[in-house]
Amino acid sequence: MHMNPAIRRYYSRVVPLSLVYAALLVAIVALFWRGALHGPIAYVAALLPAVPLIGTFVALGRYMIEETDEYLRMLMIRQSLIASGFMVSVMTAWGFLEGFGLVPHIMAYYAAVLWFVGLWIGWGFNIVAMRRPV
Amino acid sequence: MKNCLKVLRAERDWSQGDLAERLEVSRQSVNAIETGRYDPSLPLAFKIAELFGLAIEDIFTSPSTEPVT
Repeated sequence: MHMNPAIRRYYSRVVPLSLVYAALLVAIVALFWRGALHGPIAYVAALLPAVPLIGTFVALGRYMIEETDEYLRMLMIRQSLIASGFMVSVMTAWGFLEGFGLVPHIMAYYAAVLWFVGLWIGWGFNIVAMRRPV
Repeated sequence: MKNCLKVLRAERDWSQGDLAERLEVSRQSVNAIETGRYDPSLPLAFKIAELFGLAIEDIFTSPSTEPVT
């Protein structure tokens, strides 16, 4: 399958970052589970899984800069805007529900999870938009 | 934005892939422009016009001159 250079570079960054994220998450959860992390080192360890995730956001930004095909760039920007809108909307709604004691507390990192879910929604929107009759 | 890209392409017996290669864009871009789903930037519109040796307005129809439906 032909893949343009910007997408190839994007995958070459995101795939290793995803593997590092999975490895770090498993390792650090296991260490906390055993009670092996305390004090300042616990803070550093807890932050480590966030680093590759932030890296994927940077990789996406780099892709938008490096993509020379303006149509493909527009699709990715629209996809990301939909993801951001979805994440902010759900988190805001959840925040009010939680504030009134109607739903349990959720960890803030679910914002990232929702954003990645939103990327899939954005991808679906792009597919529909590309096929709609003009 | 309506355009006659498909006709110009057919006259030269080019596929969407051929045109995409000449414009250094993806085939999806050519398809989106050709079907009016995406309006190209001014630099890309100039590139298309130069490739066919025409003016931009010979290829793309100004939205202000299109009949209201």
